[in-house]
Amino acid sequence: MGGYEAVIGLEIHAELKTRSKMFCSCDASFGGEPNTKTCPVCLGLPGVLPVLNRRAVELAVRLALALNCRIAERCIFHRKNYFYPDMPKNYQISQYDLPLGLGGHLDLETEEGPFRVGITRVHLEEDTGKTVHMSESGRIHGSEYSLEDFNRAGVPLLEIVTEPDIRTPEQARLFMQELKSIMEHLEVSDCKMEEGSLRCDANVSLRPRGSSGMGVKTEIKNMNSFRALYRALDYEISRQREILENGGEVVQETRHWDADANVTTPLRTKEYAYDYRYFPEPDLVPLELDRGFIDEVRSSLPELPAERRRRFREEYGLPAHDAALLSSSKAMGDYLESAVAAGAPPKAASNWMLGEISAYLNARGLEIGDLKVTPDRLAELIDLVEKGTVSVTMAKSVLEEMLESGRRPREVVEERGMAQISDRAELERLVEEVLEENPKVVEDYRKGKEKALGFLVGQVMRRTGGKANPRMVSDLLAQRLGGGS
Amino acid sequence: MEELHQAKAWELMEMMRRREVSAAEILHSVKGRVESVEERVRSYITLTLDQAERAAREADKALAEGKDPGPAAGIPMAVKDVLCTKGVPTTCGSRILENYTPVYDATVVSRLRREGLTMVGKANMDEFAMGSSTENSAFGPTRNPWDLERVPGGSSGGSAAAVAAGEAVWALGSDTGGSIRQPASFCGLVGLKPTYGLVSRYGLVAFASSLDQVGPITRDVRDCALLLSLIAGHDPRDSTSLEVELPSYAEGLEGGIEGMKVGVPRELMQEGLTPGVRECVERCLSLFRELGAEVEETTLPHLDYALSAYYIIAPAEASSNLARYDGVRYGLRVEGEDMLEMYGKTRAAGFGAEVKRRIMLGTYALSAGYYEAYYGQAQKVRTLILGDFRRAFERYDVLVSPTSPTPAFRLGEKVEDPLAMYLSDVCTIPVNLAGIPAISIPCGLEDGLPVGLQIMGKVLDEATLLRVARAMEEAIGFRERPQVGRGVG
Ligand SMILES: [Zn+2]
Repeated sequence: MGGYEAVIGLEIHAELKTRSKMFCSCDASFGGEPNTKTCPVCLGLPGVLPVLNRRAVELAVRLALALNCRIAERCIFHRKNYFYPDMPKNYQISQYDLPLGLGGHLDLETEEGPFRVGITRVHLEEDTGKTVHMSESGRIHGSEYSLEDFNRAGVPLLEIVTEPDIRTPEQARLFMQELKSIMEHLEVSDCKMEEGSLRCDANVSLRPRGSSGMGVKTEIKNMNSFRALYRALDYEISRQREILENGGEVVQETRHWDADANVTTPLRTKEYAYDYRYFPEPDLVPLELDRGFIDEVRSSLPELPAERRRRFREEYGLPAHDAALLSSSKAMGDYLESAVAAGAPPKAASNWMLGEISAYLNARGLEIGDLKVTPDRLAELIDLVEKGTVSVTMAKSVLEEMLESGRRPREVVEERGMAQISDRAELERLVEEVLEENPKVVEDYRKGKEKALGFLVGQVMRRTGGKANPRMVSDLLAQRLGGGS
Repeated sequence: MEELHQAKAWELMEMMRRREVSAAEILHSVKGRVESVEERVRSYITLTLDQAERAAREADKALAEGKDPGPAAGIPMAVKDVLCTKGVPTTCGSRILENYTPVYDATVVSRLRREGLTMVGKANMDEFAMGSSTENSAFGPTRNPWDLERVPGGSSGGSAAAVAAGEAVWALGSDTGGSIRQPASFCGLVGLKPTYGLVSRYGLVAFASSLDQVGPITRDVRDCALLLSLIAGHDPRDSTSLEVELPSYAEGLEGGIEGMKVGVPRELMQEGLTPGVRECVERCLSLFRELGAEVEETTLPHLDYALSAYYIIAPAEASSNLARYDGVRYGLRVEGEDMLEMYGKTRAAGFGAEVKRRIMLGTYALSAGYYEAYYGQAQKVRTLILGDFRRAFERYDVLVSPTSPTPAFRLGEKVEDPLAMYLSDVCTIPVNLAGIPAISIPCGLEDGLPVGLQIMGKVLDEATLLRVARAMEEAIGFRERPQVGRGVG
């Protein structure tokens, strides 16, 4: 990094997982034909009034508490005024100087040790609709007209602003992963970046290492995945460093991450000095959150990822790295717990999940929720291995079939006649046969040629079409040969 | 004998239930009036006589079957064009909504529909309720039935003129700074601005959300009480609507005012009152005493700043409320080269001068760097005014003042002078800032024009307010009616 360090703050927007929108009873779910999930209220028709969705408030309080924020017992909504066609009222109901949550933090575990990111504020606001520009590029330039879809207009949105405590793209990515995981555990948001239910902008500036001042910052937008976040920050830091090292000055501006070209570019809109003319929303009464309500929400908070990680390490005896991976998404952690509850030893379940299963999911771009193999069937497969019914190699092949069909492992094993021969008498008979037929190899072994044993094991396996329990075969041979010398 | 279109709603209700008259006959009489005077008075933007006829038929059918069709049934009503009516154009007196038809009914409208609403039409108004004369309507002014050269007041001028001229028996208006009380006063009628939150604002097209209230314009206090009880009450669609148990407003009307304490705020009796207005109000003060009430001059010192605070707060809220009229989704659109030009052209063509003036005032007052000096300061003044009223109501049951410093002024007299026009609401505005209820009742004439007495009450104490108004109505004995121009009456 040379003589500079980066100062990064994030501004995150997450759509809350409520059934209805923030101020009306319209369906808040994703998708649907344009403008089918709308009503006079979320279309901003003349005369309509907002009515606050209590569930949105509860979810917001949940997250704010999980982020260790102070919850305002009385907060108010403000109108943020600006003209944009995706905003039906040309103002957004948001929060301004009295947000719902203030002054929290999130602790991260990094390879360099623990790391704390301050949370400036958490507040509630409404989402906007979506503008579709009718041009080949889908951009406004050159489009003949644009269409508006208000299905998302009025969906409750949580805004989370961090302190500028982040120093590297890796920390930013870690923060986002942990935040996403927390929101999943709390069931407050779907956190799908591709559907826009989780969005992240970043403020980036550089300053001489050791200085506590703040350099000129740029705001980076359009980072649609964790990978994009990492790469955009990485790019922007190098860009700014290069400018500063050449004696130049960073321009304060908003820049757009172009994932195809791997660069950030200044947004080409005209520069407006936006004045949002915030003022208290007169159509809503102040939101009073009494202690009792806050305590109730607090006591109903589920286990958070950090706690789960600790439990996976301490109770399941998993290595820190595995515990972290398995608790990074709620679904992964839930899967592991279900498999363990179905009898699987945690370490074995963890190995299968982080090995074959993760490889399968990654190769196909699937998520754990898409998996056809249920946790109890994974447990059953592990049991077959533990009991010696199938070898690990065979189990891998059984799992392949299970991943495609979701069938029970026992069924697959029986159908394929894969059950391992672990019958001692049967194996002894085969061992005798092989020894008789290979006197020369036996002699070699006895002369100290260790490799000869492997050859003999291979011969037994061949006779059984690979079904002999290799460990037993190996033990029997060693016993037989050792006993004879 | 008086004609049906001149009767009070409660009289007509009783007559219908005694089968002395049918809803069809009442409507016929009102329709006749519309035919003979509407061309000169121009109370309505949209007439809905077909709907009214259907409602009247249903009322008669129900009565014939011995069922109660509801208190609003068969009583022809004018509804201010600021209230959304499903399937009936709702223009707010603006070019920008000239072709706009709502897909839903305002809560007050749907409540009245359940009670048999017989709507004659949508009444004319100052554009987006901004004005005190109904001259700011994009569809031309309404004239005062008492003198066609004069304004009916505003912004609910169409509602008041319709009731005064016999084109409706009662009406709904909306009041942000006096828009029910001042036209009621100018037209010799009773007009009530309820406590903020008593009547739902859902479907009332917003001017200034923290000040707007819907209320009745009627021929007497009993009608006012009846109509109030039909529209008041909690609405889950309006977060600012209050959850309170409602008294029966009509029941306690005759209770009298003996022993009550009446305060007269000095600040509302200052310069600017015409001699006739002063005389009428002073006569009322004697009547209060005669009825056994104690009358005392008092002071609410911060009322002197009410007008200034109002002209910050109301335009600020309006600038935001009216932002949605942008040509994107409904209403007028004037095409432009790009979106910004379309916005500009649409709003330039769609809004009138007064609306533009207030949007600019409000935008300025909320701007970064000015917010504290204007909006912040105005809110502080509002809190002080509220405190003044609270203290006054510790001593007094009601406060009284003129409704307007003058009787109806001439058309065109104040159009070019916004400040003079704003001063017309100097007595009514403090009430909206404080959120308290107030009623205007006719209390005399000055040069043949009606003068209104404003009675202000405690929050949610409409019952006392109406009882006082009823006692004074009786004592004043105002019986005059407008002639609607020469030769027509
Ligand atoms: Zn909706």
